[in-house]
Amino acid sequence: MSAAADSYYVPHGTKWPIIGSIGLSTTVIGFANYLHGSSFIMTGIGLAIVIFMMYGWFGQVVNESMNGMYNAQVDMSFRWGMGWFIFSEVMFFAAFFGALFYARAFSIPWLDGASNNADTAKLLWPNFEAAWPLIQMPLTEKFDVAKHAMGAWGLPAINTLVLLTSGVTVTWAHHALKKNNRNHLVMGLALTVALGFLFVGLQAWEYSHAYNELNLKMSSGIYGSTFYLLTGFHGFHVTMGATMLLIILIRSIKGHFTPENHFAFEAVAWYWHFVDVVWLGLFIFVYWI
Amino acid sequence: MVFKRLSRRLFAPVTAMLSIFFSSFAHAEYVLNMTKGVSTISNDIYDLHMLVMWICFVVGIIVFSVMAYSIMTHRKSKGAVASNFHESTTVEIIWTLVPLAILIAIAVPATATLLDLEDSSKSDVSIQVTGIQWKWRYKYLGEDVEFISSLSEENRDAVSASSPNSVEHYLRDVDKRIVVPVNKKIEFLFTSDDVIHAWWVPELAVKQDTVPGFINTSWAYIEKPGIYRGQCAELCGKDHGFMPIVVEAVTMPEYQKWLVAMRGEQAALAASSDKEWTQAELMAKGESVYKATCAACHGATGAGIPPVFPALAKSPVATGDVKGHINIVMNGKTGTAMQAFKTQLSDVDLAAVITFERNSFGNTVGDLVQPSTIKSLR
Amino acid sequence: MTTATTHEGDHHDHGPATGLMRWVTTTNHKDIGTLYLWLSFIMLLTGGAMAMVIRAELFQPGLQLVEPQFFNSMTTMHGLIMVFGAIMPAFVGLANWLIPMMIGAPDMALPRMNNWSFWILPFAFTMLASTLFMEGGGPAFGWTFYAPLSTTFAPDSTDFFIFAVHMMGISSVMGAINVIATILNMRAPGMTLMKMPLFVWTWLITAYLLIAVMPVLAGAVTMMLTDRHFGTSFFDAAGGGDPVMFQHVFWFFGHPEVYIMILPAFGIISAIIPTFARKPLFGYSSMVYASASIAILSFMVWAHHMFTVGMPVAGELYFMYATVMISVPTGVKIFNWVTTMWRGSMTFETPMLFAIGFVVMFTIGGFSGLMLGVAPVDTQYHDTYFVVAHFHYVLVTGALYSIIAAFYYWVPKWTGHMYDETLGKIHFWWSTIAVNVLFFPQHFLGLAGMPRRIPDYSVQFSEFNMISSLGGFAFGLAQVFFLYIVIKTIKGGEKATDIVWEGATGLEFEQLASPAPYHSFNTAPEIK
Ligand code: HEA
Ligand code: HEA
Ligand code: HEC
Ligand code: CUA
Ligand SMILES: [Cu+2]
Repeated sequence: MSAAADSYYVPHGTKWPIIGSIGLSTTVIGFANYLHGSSFIMTGIGLAIVIFMMYGWFGQVVNESMNGMYNAQVDMSFRWGMGWFIFSEVMFFAAFFGALFYARAFSIPWLDGASNNADTAKLLWPNFEAAWPLIQMPLTEKFDVAKHAMGAWGLPAINTLVLLTSGVTVTWAHHALKKNNRNHLVMGLALTVALGFLFVGLQAWEYSHAYNELNLKMSSGIYGSTFYLLTGFHGFHVTMGATMLLIILIRSIKGHFTPENHFAFEAVAWYWHFVDVVWLGLFIFVYWI
Repeated sequence: MVFKRLSRRLFAPVTAMLSIFFSSFAHAEYVLNMTKGVSTISNDIYDLHMLVMWICFVVGIIVFSVMAYSIMTHRKSKGAVASNFHESTTVEIIWTLVPLAILIAIAVPATATLLDLEDSSKSDVSIQVTGIQWKWRYKYLGEDVEFISSLSEENRDAVSASSPNSVEHYLRDVDKRIVVPVNKKIEFLFTSDDVIHAWWVPELAVKQDTVPGFINTSWAYIEKPGIYRGQCAELCGKDHGFMPIVVEAVTMPEYQKWLVAMRGEQAALAASSDKEWTQAELMAKGESVYKATCAACHGATGAGIPPVFPALAKSPVATGDVKGHINIVMNGKTGTAMQAFKTQLSDVDLAAVITFERNSFGNTVGDLVQPSTIKSLR
Repeated sequence: MTTATTHEGDHHDHGPATGLMRWVTTTNHKDIGTLYLWLSFIMLLTGGAMAMVIRAELFQPGLQLVEPQFFNSMTTMHGLIMVFGAIMPAFVGLANWLIPMMIGAPDMALPRMNNWSFWILPFAFTMLASTLFMEGGGPAFGWTFYAPLSTTFAPDSTDFFIFAVHMMGISSVMGAINVIATILNMRAPGMTLMKMPLFVWTWLITAYLLIAVMPVLAGAVTMMLTDRHFGTSFFDAAGGGDPVMFQHVFWFFGHPEVYIMILPAFGIISAIIPTFARKPLFGYSSMVYASASIAILSFMVWAHHMFTVGMPVAGELYFMYATVMISVPTGVKIFNWVTTMWRGSMTFETPMLFAIGFVVMFTIGGFSGLMLGVAPVDTQYHDTYFVVAHFHYVLVTGALYSIIAAFYYWVPKWTGHMYDETLGKIHFWWSTIAVNVLFFPQHFLGLAGMPRRIPDYSVQFSEFNMISSLGGFAFGLAQVFFLYIVIKTIKGGEKATDIVWEGATGLEFEQLASPAPYHSFNTAPEIK
């Protein structure tokens, strides 16, 4: 059932978006209630609906693509779409990086009297000393004080290597795909997925270390806040990316991709590189300097 | 409750509308423009404001006249035939450069004024101003004078009675004014105990946000004695509109006298906490403190606005162990609007208001708290 | 499986499905455009009704109708609903209707996602509106929701507000991606970038602004959420954060946001004025460059909303200079429009009236913006009704007027019916007189010292408030009248010709029938 390669495919009607909206609202209403003491069930149901929606929606797209209903122009729309979606994600991270830079460059020095804030330090926080990573907050009683900051050269460095390697393996898989080498493609992808989940596992391990042994929590002042939100959102994105890679791996095994036509693969690979680059930013600005 | 009130009163203004409209115009003394103010900087700002406004006026008149002329003459009904020109790099450049030049002409005096505005060094008097939901604390640095200023009692009554014309300075009068000397550079140090407020007195051209955890500075050099009124200018919650400021600028000797009097008052207050108070005295004092300080949240009848502001009538805290009651009033509860009132109220006030709460709104605990108890708990 | 494509003309006449499910499942850009426009109108009426509560309370001094806390909720919800519910969806609706027709495309590039962009919104707004009925009341911290009033001191319903904002963000980003993909990928052969109508250009730029700043807003509300519930201290000095940081993050979104609400308006006006002047737009390419400059500058001026928060003086100077610079490209636009009218052969149908109203009153709003941009003077203007007057001139007589103008201009193309010209003219004059009675006196109020966001005021502000309220009621009624015109036009009316306006240009007028067929261009049109 091959529709034309010379016309732009316009689907007729779809039920997935409305299911997605219902799922999304159920999730967030459930979560808001959860924050005020209700159980997690509603959130769970909502998430299940969202996952069902994604499964169905992407499933349909995969089918249509396999049936050759997308011409080169549709492919291009997907490319623009994915590219600018990733850009929007970059801006989401930018907000948190912005918070990090603001704290490091402005609010912490200001609390210690920098710039036009001499009186702030003198009258409000006479005992506070600016530092980064900030362990001793202006008002330590309100917060969990960490023992010390997270170093860069232990686990985070290993994780950097893990992610960078996974960037290489995914590129290797891509080259294999373009050369129609199924074995190397599957091998490269499987390695990438494994490295991705390894990263997540190591990150979880690091969290438990930070939480239990260092007493470094979200409630450890601005350092803990930026640390957990940045690494947390990044970790979430790695998990998403690795899951998508896993799906691509399965599709590769099933033989869904051809050397000419494999945008799904490329989209996920782009996403993976994006996750990689964000990590480099994290490694440098959160852990290292 | 909100809706009942809404529907009940919805039509009142509509019917009263026209009559009020015309009668109020008869004796209107409305202001159209920004005040020149009474400080050096307020005059500079006023001049700058006039400059920019006139520029906009002139540019506007030119643009709108050209447009109006075109609309009048280049219309089809007058037989105008459309010409076809649609590009000219020359004019585009001109109308990029001319506005740019105008902007530079504005930027020069604006920069000078801004630099001046931001320079609060070399001041003669320093006053720390703390915004608190919904009042101001003033602390004269180095003078040992500190007090809280909030909406005056007559004003409070006028608000609850919804009769704005029953008082002279509706929403612009306080129980305790801040007094400052003229012809001195007064530095203000702004901070906040809770949310962001902004301290604004138009005549002094001081508007500065009070940010919790930080201190912002601003200054005024007042050239004319008088009473200057302003109010909070940053949304700070329910009673943002009821947070007035009154500054009284006086000569230096009068200012000195006022400082001495304030110190005396404070000393008397401190001494009064050692004396034994009777139930009746405490209740009377407590009622006025309650009205001024607590009623904003807990309501005049102690009903509160649950669930955000709990009722005190039959409240387990206000009818339970007195220690718990004293504790929450003195130390507040972090993360809620309930403030640590030990930094705002005197021993006597605290003792009185706690006693009052335990024996009003249908609460009949019967005990009383002595100021000395509070003093020992500080 | 349905494999409908736009292929082979086999469904040139393929009309829409019927019933409610048509609208729920539709992937057609015109249907989705219609949905957006109706949502926007409903939101305008809702937000407008809230404005009426505000104006009724402020009719006289003294607390008359509502509690202060509820008043603050009204202000907050009014702002949020107007910005996110009325203006933005209206522009997205117009984009959906017009962009494919203007560039010669069969539909939007990603039709299913297009449906989702829309269908998130009703859920988001229901959630937002439901907060008003929750214990403790709705959000009451202004549409700018400054911390810590919106974190530590906010009612429980704030979490629903936060998630509603997240959902609106998702919707906007998807909508923007779709617009970009459509414009960059779906143009008919020969439709080069510099041949695109300005509405398409301004929307392309707007879409970039959206993608760049909506995620930042999502970040801001996420930080709020964790500050509220997970012990972080982004906006708490005690932990090394700063409440003012919230404002930086917010306004990094917020300032480009106001240009998101005006750039498509510039595009609309640039379509209407040449049509009724019967003369090509003056300075097309400088219009494109000016729009792009405005967009770029808009990322660099955000802290002009924060001149009183105590920034270091170098920051204030920089933000002042950058802010007033925006007047230059905006001025170029105004001058180009005036020159387009110059020596034209003008007629004054309703769209043209609203467009002229736009040019005049937007300029007035722009002038007050310029005044606000002068930092030292903003000390006096900030958070007063002068600011309220400024942004209503640019938003109501700017953005909203452009949307109304767009409606009158394109509705014959959408429905095949002409609107009633007399009623349209009445609508214009009624609105324009009322809106000036409504907002012009607010300049005086602000200069005389009336702060914004207060439920009650000192008696010296009585007269102008009363005038303003009267204007407000009149303007509100005018929009109810508009609703009547809209319905009347949809139901029937004089049959529109394909070109509709004598001087109209553009693919949608030159190459499509009125009403436009369900699928616009199944085969790409010829571009001359
Ligand atoms: C559509 C929305 C829109 C638009 C287009 C604008 C346009 C501008 N705005 Fe406005 N603004 C808002 C929406 C908008 N604004 C909103 C919603 C707020 C309040 C937010 C809140 O706090 O709730 C706000 C607040 C606001 C402030 C903060 C005020 C305060 O809180 O203290 C400032 C300060 O600089 C400002 C400046 C400007 C400037 C310089 C422009 C310029 O772009 C205007 C440029 C146009 C002209 C100048 C006119 C035409 C030009 C000429 C004819 C050329 C020649 C002219 C000269 C050089 C004199 N705006
Ligand atoms: C984006 C667009 C937008 C639009 C279109 C409007 C439209 C209007 N606005 Fe809005 N306004 C904002 C954006 C907008 N506003 C923002 C962002 C704020 C800041 C919020 C904040 O401080 O956080 C604000 C704040 C604001 C204030 C200040 C509130 C305060 O500081 O406390 C006021 C006060 O007069 C006001 C009035 C009005 C009025 C009368 C209209 C009118 O134009 C509305 C006209 C429309 C209708 C009235 C609807 C149709 C009629 C009905 C549904 C039937 C009912 C009619 C009658 C009873 C007559 N607005
Ligand atoms: C700005 C608002 C505000 C003001 C002013 C205020 N309170 Fe409260 N108060 C609160 C809030 C909010 C709580 C609830 C705290 C909580 O969540 O436990 C509270 C709780 C209390 C309680 C405990 C009630 C209970 O049953 O839990 C007492 C007693 C009390 N306040 C007394 C006072 C007194 C006395 C004053 C004046 C001196 C005062 N409050 C002023 C907001 C306020
Ligand atoms: Cu304090 Cu507004
Ligand atoms: Cu702005």
